[in-house]
This record gives sequence, structure tokens and C-alpha cells, in this order.
Amino acid sequence: MLPEFPWLSLVIWLPIIGGLAVIANGDKNAELSKRIALGVAVAAFAVSLPLWFMFDASTAAMQFVERADWIPAIKVEYSLGVDGISMPLILLTTFITIFVIIAGWDVVTYRPSYYMGAFLIMEGIMVGVFSALDAILFYFFWEAMLIPMFLIIGVWGGPNRVYATIKFFLYTFFGSVFMLIALIYMYFQADSFSILDFHALPLGMTAQVLIFIAFLLAFAVKVPMFPVHTWLPDAHVEAPTGGSVILAAIMLKIGGYGFLRFSLPITPDASAELDGLIIALSLIAVVYIGLVALVQQDMKKLIAYSSIAHMGFVTLGFFVVFAIVRHTGSADGAVMGIEGGMVQMISHGFISGALFLCVGVLYDRMHTRQIADYGGVINTMPWFGAFVVFFAMANAGLPGTSGFVGEFMVILATFRADFWYALLAATTLILAAAFTLWMVKRVIFGPVGNEQVAALKDLNRREALNLGVLAVATLAIGIWPKPLVDVMEPSIVHLVEQVQVSKLATAGVHVDAGAAVAAELVQMTPAD
Amino acid sequence: MNFQAIDLFTLLPELVVLITACTVLIADLYLPKEERDNNQLITFAGLAAALAAVGVVGLSFGSEPTLAFGGAFIRDPMSDLLKGAVLVVTLLAFAYSARYMREREMWVGEFHVLVLFALLGIMVMISANGFLTMYLGLELLALCLYALVAFNRDSGAGAEAAMKYFVLGALGSGMLLYGVSMIYGATGAIGFEAVAAAVAADGMDNKILVFGLVFVLIGIAFKFGAVPFHMWIPDVYQGAPAPVALFLSSAPKVAAFAMAARILVDALPALSADWSEILIILSVLSMGIGNVVAIAQSNIKRMLGYSTISHVGFIFLGLLAGSSEGYAAAMFYAVAYALMAAGAFGVLVMISHQGFEAENLDDLKGLGERDPWLAAMMTMVMFSMAGVPPLVGFMAKLLVLQAIIDIGLVWLALVAVAFSIVGAFYYLRVVKMIYFDKPEIDAPVDGTRDARIAVSINGLSMLVLGMFPAALLSLCQAAFVA
Repeated sequence: MLPEFPWLSLVIWLPIIGGLAVIANGDKNAELSKRIALGVAVAAFAVSLPLWFMFDASTAAMQFVERADWIPAIKVEYSLGVDGISMPLILLTTFITIFVIIAGWDVVTYRPSYYMGAFLIMEGIMVGVFSALDAILFYFFWEAMLIPMFLIIGVWGGPNRVYATIKFFLYTFFGSVFMLIALIYMYFQADSFSILDFHALPLGMTAQVLIFIAFLLAFAVKVPMFPVHTWLPDAHVEAPTGGSVILAAIMLKIGGYGFLRFSLPITPDASAELDGLIIALSLIAVVYIGLVALVQQDMKKLIAYSSIAHMGFVTLGFFVVFAIVRHTGSADGAVMGIEGGMVQMISHGFISGALFLCVGVLYDRMHTRQIADYGGVINTMPWFGAFVVFFAMANAGLPGTSGFVGEFMVILATFRADFWYALLAATTLILAAAFTLWMVKRVIFGPVGNEQVAALKDLNRREALNLGVLAVATLAIGIWPKPLVDVMEPSIVHLVEQVQVSKLATAGVHVDAGAAVAAELVQMTPAD
Repeated sequence: MNFQAIDLFTLLPELVVLITACTVLIADLYLPKEERDNNQLITFAGLAAALAAVGVVGLSFGSEPTLAFGGAFIRDPMSDLLKGAVLVVTLLAFAYSARYMREREMWVGEFHVLVLFALLGIMVMISANGFLTMYLGLELLALCLYALVAFNRDSGAGAEAAMKYFVLGALGSGMLLYGVSMIYGATGAIGFEAVAAAVAADGMDNKILVFGLVFVLIGIAFKFGAVPFHMWIPDVYQGAPAPVALFLSSAPKVAAFAMAARILVDALPALSADWSEILIILSVLSMGIGNVVAIAQSNIKRMLGYSTISHVGFIFLGLLAGSSEGYAAAMFYAVAYALMAAGAFGVLVMISHQGFEAENLDDLKGLGERDPWLAAMMTMVMFSMAGVPPLVGFMAKLLVLQAIIDIGLVWLALVAVAFSIVGAFYYLRVVKMIYFDKPEIDAPVDGTRDARIAVSINGLSMLVLGMFPAALLSLCQAAFVA
């Protein structure tokens, strides 16, 4: 069909409307609700496929663009579009949601239709975040995402869910409101809320630094970066399996996406100035959080910390750009760093999603997530054991799996910047292997731990299908990442070019923009 | 003063409300007891007719302001929109209240009459074009509200609340009147345009004028319930019967906005540098104390009281911006807030029943299981109050923040969002009670058709106005084109 067809709107609104329909159908006929939910999820994935197949990978321009007035009085538009950075993330979203629906099929007994409906609504909102080209529309979806997730964790979560979900909400709310102020501030500079106009907006250094910090608060909480990561282990542990999968596989990526879409291109000079801070925080995440993961007793918590460590890699890959340019004088390696981060995000989406599904499989049978309660699971669940070992290896970055590709690219890029950065980053290969494989050893291998383990049944068809498809995806990207990288390449090359152009020079006419911000911050008297 | 028939047409909506009130008053005397339900029908019909009258008058005069009664009364796009909003909110209030008041034997003619006269007062305030008209409307509103707060004769708390409200309200009115007298002394005028002209000529040099401004502002802050003039709000909300609190927290806020907009923007624009500095202080204090103290409340009516205070702070943000965008944002906020407050109290009214007042947070526990639809509506209202998209509260906050960042008060915007994070906590706590806790009581929820329609309209309006704010916003902006 024609590219003018509003594919993006369809991918956003189909799941939202479908989710409402599922909720409206209710639990009286739960079986029908589940079928509708699965149908909607599959349909949403199907209508997102044209984004991949009709995507023109030779340009960095926005594609599938849609524009309509939304609030003309303040120049807010309903404007959508994707490039090589956002498109793969949209596909990841629609893809993973199918497995979330399938995974909840039998195990969610409390109000299953509301559960499925909430996830479908989440899906639409998340696609909206990735495709919004208007800052207010982006913020609209960004914040709206909190409501279904808040309810999912709170209603279907574990014993300490209330604490976890309120912490989750307030942390992310705290991070994002300051971003809103930055967006409004830039609106008055650019006289538009278009993100692309923001990219071209000249800004003085002080303004850039303040805007960068506002973005950092929002995105660092979402990623999450050390030291604002503490909500994640709580949220993960208490969330139902599907919630954990969505959190790890997609919501964390939204933070990473924000850095690429907002921080780097809008505030390149501030990013270059403060990249040391981000790199330091990323390396702390990789090393320190890796060590923290090592001592976890709870499987979900362990995977949660492992996610934080892996996301540290992503932010490292994004911000090492500036160090590379400084060190080598050329941007060749920089593209690889960002690409590595992107591949890592996609790959982590598959792997962490699969690992949480694995924990879910065990939890549904034994109702415990403590590592110590298991042992020798492979004796009773051989298929399951095989999958867990596979995903654990992928998590540790075994060559041949997608986990390796991203990490390798980031480490390679980091080498060009600084040997010591690379050395620290490379410790992840050891640490990730240590915490994942040690967990596998204690849970899967060894003698049968207790009677409950002895009574375990292996995967049913549904679970096997879930894990099988994710395993194929992990392998596919691991063995042949080229299509994925090719799609991203032009957009990322464009982004790297963008960040190397200082906005300070063009801000010449606005040389005092920074001083103006400072003045505005202290100004008490409103203008007439 | 020349009387012209066209004047009567200008105030057709007020006349319809007045006639409705008088009809109920008389009908209530003569109707036999079992037929008194007709009061309700008359009221609904009257309110609907008044709504239609607002539309007719608005359409026939268009966007040009129309003066009546020698300039004492003004009809303009702002008055049309605000009257429409208060009429809708009042209709909702009656729909919510019927069963609650009937069960407590308070569904009597006087209740209707008092609310209708209060509504008339609000409408007069909205259309006031001079200090005298404004004061007349204000006192009509206030006297009806004092009586309504004490409407449950046997309730000690109600009587206490009414006394507090009366004493403090009278004090506030007194301050206002004192300020008005000073302004009159300084300018020799009572109509807003004449005052504006005189002030523009005299300016800041006239110290009496500045004193007058301060007293008038105190009066406005009293009526809004802005800190430090907020003490009455939690007590009155708690002591008043829930339907009265519903009405009290919604429509009069629109009236207070109209009062502030008319006096500050129409009459004293030349002093905007002065009043906006005062409003900054009131606004920061209101947002701060309102949000922080609300956390400590276990009584949900009190909690909503403090929440009102914090929202007043946000409305002031739009006003103090001193730009037409700011006024439009404040107006949008006031209308959205009236709807939110009506929804929140409406749900409380609906889950109260014979011999049981829903007024503690715990009473909401498990509402998600007891009544999923009602729970969903309450959740939307709460998220809207917290300012989370896609609900209207977010748009309202976005607009006022935009207005103050436009004039360079970035620090104030930061303060505002910081307090809205604090505020998010207690709204989330309500949602937590609704969905995450098991029901403690298994009491029936109001199933009457009117109330359910009202709560559905009310809750869904949060979503619709949040996703499609352009129409309401353009109406608000039309009210303030310079």
C-alpha cells in the first residue's frame, strides 16, 4: 500500500482501541477477551511490519510522516514520523507485546481481560512515544504510559506492590516534569513544538546545560542510570511477569531513545561538555551494579540489576561519541558506538524479556523467586533448562547471540576513546557471565533441590512457543545483525554529524541566550 | 439610568434561573408532600433552559461585549463560557445529590432554592461590570452558601462549619468592601471601565489606590481560599453535607475566577505589576501548603479541600502572567478544576448511603471491585488532578506553565512542578485505595440513573477535554483577545 497511508496512527490507535474493547468485554467471557487481545496484538504487529518493509534505509529523513493540527492555539501538532532509530524500537514493542499476552494466558486469573487490555493500551502509548515528532505529543504519550503501568504493577503485582508502584510512578514523574519545563522553554525560543525544529535551534551554553540536565533527569530515571535506578529492582520484583517483560524490554529503551532524540541533537555542546559525567555513571552501572547483581538472592532482582548494567552499556555507547572525536579527531568510531548501543537495546529487549518469561515459568509453578528454593530444575524440565542456559549465555554476551554484537561494538568504539574506559566496560563480560551463569548453576543444575522441584512439569506448548521465538530472534541478530544495522546506519550517521556541529556558533545572534536564562531564573518581576 | 427592554434579553439566563428559583419556592409550598419530587423536575428544566438561554444570548450578540443597565452588567464571550460551565456543573451537582439528600430527608424545596440563588449570585458575579454589581452577586452567593453548609440541622459539625465560614466569609467580604471604598475614593468611579481609566491616568502615585488594591486582593484570596486565607476551606468541606461540599468546591471557584479576572484584568490592569507580585506569593504558598498538608489528611473531604488550595495556586499562576494567554490558561484551569472537583465529590456522594458518610480515604478501598465503572471515573479524576496526560488536568497545567515561562518566570514554573510531584502522591494514594486494596465494606453504591449519567459525563469529560482541548481553549482565548 502507499506510504501515505497513516500506518503510524494505525499502530498507535489499533491496540489502544482494541485494549478498550477487551476491557469492555470484561471477564464474564474471559476466553473471548483473551482471544480478542491476542488478535489485536498480532494485528498490531502485522500493521507495524510495513514500517520495516517500506522503510527507505538510504535516508535519515523522517518517514511515514503524519501531520495534523491538534492544539493550534499553542502550535501543538499531532505529528508522527520515524527514522532508523525509532522504527526498530516500534517493531520491538509490537513484537514483545504478543508474548506478553501469550504469557499471561493461563496464569493471570484475577481479571484477565483488564490485564490484557492494560497491556494493549500500553503498547499503543509506547509506539506513540517512539513516533511522536511533536514535543508535547511526545510528553503526552511519555506520561500517559505511567497510568497503565502503575495499575499493572499495583493490581497484579507481588506482596510489596503498593510501595513498588508508587515509587515507580513518583520517580518517573519527578524525572519528567522538569523535561516539560525545558520543552516549553524551547518552544519560546523556536516558536514551535516540533522536535526537528528543536534540533536546529541555536542555544547558548548555559541554556544547553540547563536543558541537558532537565532531559538527563527524565531519561536517566527511565533508563535507569545509577544513582536513580533504585525504583527498577523494586518495580521488577513486584510486577507480574508481563509487567517485568514490558518494563525491561521496552520501557527502559524509551530512556535510551530519549537521549538519542533529545539530549544529543538538541544540546550537543552541553553533551560534549558533560559526557564525562554520563560515561562515569555508565561505567559505575556496568561495574558496580554488576557486582550488586552477583549477590542477589531473588532471580527477578538479579535480572533487574543485570538490566541496569546492560543499559549502562547503552548510555556508554551513546556518549562515548564525544570522547572518540576528541581523541581521534574523526567520528568513524562514533557511529559504531551509537549503533552498538542501539543493537544492545534491541537485543536486551529480547534477552531480558525472555529471562523474565523464564522466571515467570518457574514462578507460576513454584510461587517463589528465591534462587535457594530451586536446584536441579533441568532434571525435571529439560527443555526449559536448555532455554534458560541459552538466554543466560546470551545475557553474558556469548558470540553468536545478539548480546555479543552490541557489547562488542560498544567496547570496540570505547577503545578508540580511552583504553581505561574500554577496560572497565569489558569487565561486564566477566561480571555478566558470573552473575548469570552462577544463577543458572544454582537454579538449573545440580541435584534436585527439593520435592517441589522434583514434581515440576516441563514447558507447555505456549511457553515453549514464546521462548522458542525469542531464542530465534536472539540468534538471528547475533549471527546476522546486518539488516538491523543497515536500517539504523543513515539516521545514526546523520545524528553523529549533528552532534559535531556546535550550536554555539550559530547561536551568535543569541550569544546572551545563556545569560538570559540565568537572568530569567532570578528575575522576580514579570514583564509588562 | 435608562431602562431598555434589550437589557432584559441580555440577562435572559439570569432571569431564567431567578424564575426557576421562585417557581420552586412557590411550588414547594403548595405541592403535597408526595409530589415534591416535581421540584427536581422544575430545577432540571430551569437549568437546561438557562443553558439554552446562554447559548441564544451568546449567539445573538457574538463576540462583541454587550452592556446592560447603564454599564453595570456585561455580557461577553467570557461570561458566556463561564455561565455555561457553572450551569453544567450545577446540573451535575443536582444529579449527584438527589439520592443522598433524599435518604437524609434533605431533598426539600429549600435545598433547590438555595442552590439556585447561589447560582444566580455566581452568574451575576460573572457578568458584573462594576464593584457594586460584583458585591451584590458575591453576597447573594455567600449567604446561600452559609445556609447550605448548615443544611443538615442536626449536625454539630455542619453548624460549626457554617459559623466558621460565615465569620471568615464576612471578614473577607468586609475586606473587599473596604478596598472597594478606597478605590472609589481614589478614582471616584465604581464601574470597571471608569476605574481603569482613572487608574491609568493616576497610576501608582496614588497610595490610597494601592491600599485599596491590597484589600481587594485579600477579599479575592479569601473567596478563592488561597493561603494564607485558606483556613476555612478544609473545615467547611468536612463539615458540610457532601453534596453541598460538591457544589461549594466547584461552581464558586469559577465565580472567584470571574471576580479576579474582572477586577484585576478589567478594572486594575494598570496596576498589574503590583498585583502580580502579590499573586506570586499567594500562589507559591498555596501550592506549597496545599499539596504538603493534603498528604497528612486521612479525611478525603479535607484532603480535597487542601487539593483545592493547591489548584488555586495554579490558577493564580495563569492570572499573574498578565498576558492574554495567561488569563485564558487560568480560565481553562478554572473550568477544568470545577469539573474535576465536581467529579471527585460526586463519587463520594455516590458511595455514601443511608447512615454512612464516605469521608475517609479507607472508605474508597476496593471500589475497583465494588463498582468498576465508578472506580474508573474516580481514577480519571484523580489522575487529572495530578496532571497526568491524557487527562484535562495536564493540559490545564501545561497552559499555565507556558504562560509563566513566557514572561520569564522559569523559577516559578520549577516550583510549581516540584509541588505537583508532591501532589501526585496523595492522588495516587486514592487510586491505590480504589484498586490495590480489598474492600472493607460491601455497601451498595448509588445506582440511580441520573447519578450514573452524571458521573460518566463528568469522568469522560476529563479524557475528552484532555485529548481535544483545542475547542475549549479557543473559547477561553476568545474571551481575552485584547
